[in-house]
Amino acid sequence: MWKRKDLLGLKELSADEINLILDTAVPMKDIIKREIKKVPTLRGRSMVTLFYEPSTRTRTSFEIAAKYLSADTSSLTVATSSVVKGETLIDTGKTIEVMGADVIVIRHEAAGAPHLLAQRIKSRVINAGDGMHEHPTQGLLDMFTIREKKGKLADLKIAILGDILHSRVARSNIWGLTKFGAKVRVVGPSTLLPKEVQRMGVEVFQSAEEALKDVDVINVLRVQRERQKKGLLPSLREYSNLYGLDRKRLALAKPDALVMHPGPMNRGVEIMPDVYDSLHSVVDEQVTNGVAVRMAILYLLMGGKNVNEVVN
Amino acid sequence: MNFTVKTQIMDAEKMRRTLIRISHEIVEKNKGTDNLALIGIRRRGVPLAQRLAKHIAEIEGVTLPVGVLDITLYRDDLTTIDHQPVVQKTEVPFPVTNKKIILVDDVLYTGRTARAALDAIMDLGRPEAIQLAILVDRGHRELPIRADYVGKNVPTSKKEIVAVNLVEIDGSDEVQILEAAE
Repeated sequence: MWKRKDLLGLKELSADEINLILDTAVPMKDIIKREIKKVPTLRGRSMVTLFYEPSTRTRTSFEIAAKYLSADTSSLTVATSSVVKGETLIDTGKTIEVMGADVIVIRHEAAGAPHLLAQRIKSRVINAGDGMHEHPTQGLLDMFTIREKKGKLADLKIAILGDILHSRVARSNIWGLTKFGAKVRVVGPSTLLPKEVQRMGVEVFQSAEEALKDVDVINVLRVQRERQKKGLLPSLREYSNLYGLDRKRLALAKPDALVMHPGPMNRGVEIMPDVYDSLHSVVDEQVTNGVAVRMAILYLLMGGKNVNEVVN
Repeated sequence: MNFTVKTQIMDAEKMRRTLIRISHEIVEKNKGTDNLALIGIRRRGVPLAQRLAKHIAEIEGVTLPVGVLDITLYRDDLTTIDHQPVVQKTEVPFPVTNKKIILVDDVLYTGRTARAALDAIMDLGRPEAIQLAILVDRGHRELPIRADYVGKNVPTSKKEIVAVNLVEIDGSDEVQILEAAE
């Protein structure tokens, strides 16, 4: 049974709570496949997206998920809001709350921003990415996709390849997958591997060739060009030569290995076009599953009563 | 709250005969089995639908398709209950459009479950007709809904509970009326 007010990160969730979300996403995915993609479940509920960073798929995915469940949606575009006049995060959140929003989906460049907001308002808060900290819905959709394709998470060898340092996707994946007994390994240039990563229960590699041997899943991360100003990479070309996922490196993994990518992709940098277009790639399915997982989360957070009465 | 058994209104044999009778009624009313399909409402409507399909197969020699309907996402009380129910899969492995659907459930009470099920089926397509088959009708309707096939009409008090046990789920076949212990 779901008892939390908010969804802030996978680190704090138990395996049972994650399982409930993934199990609820299964029937939600069936709705997406129907001709009439709409159920009346959340009629009269409202969701507002508050994104301080750009996003295509996450915000659209949340909006579509809410609409399939008949909730009303609004999006607040920070660039044209009172945020540019200096309004604080909490004041913005409170304004949205008193307009009647049942749930606020927030993306913010600062780690912990959704947690701060969740403590200060009664509306439910979903973290859609906070700085370099967590991206729980991406982690959940990745886990859903792996579980769907492989039938389990336990004992699978899963490599997360690329810019681990800046990746909230990597952190959510690691915290989520290790709770189910998956054997997670991370690989990337030493400048892009955070020091604390070893304490997260993963194996750390600097050679892509070693890390990809016999893995069941390769989760390729985007090279975050916007965060590379500190000279952590000599050049994109060198990165691509050493860590780009091409056919040769893919062949080191198990023959039925899945290739995943949270998007958006730099084709030809971290992943070669022919690998992305190969049968191993489940990137498009990840996007579909993202809607199903977000429908499950919205249902679990907004389905019962007291939506505006429970505070943590 | 503790409940005690007030009376047993159906045992295994009576349930079997009742389902055979409903099967005959379905075939008679629809003049055969053309275009018919059964859909059971989770949970106990599902084994009942499967048993009706089995009896109809014995009567007519035709095996009708059986679907499974979860109505959680169509409930009208989600906003008033404390904790929302777990959503299960709806599995209707045939197109419902232009089919005559026999909707099956164990107990008909307020009619709200049947209403939710009607909405859920309509979202899957446009059936030619939907008929409702119920093992026990206990009254107290809150919506203008009635069943086409009724196993047994049982007048009850709202304080009582009609407990349908099925071998597939509960290990035995019987229908009991329970009441709150003093």
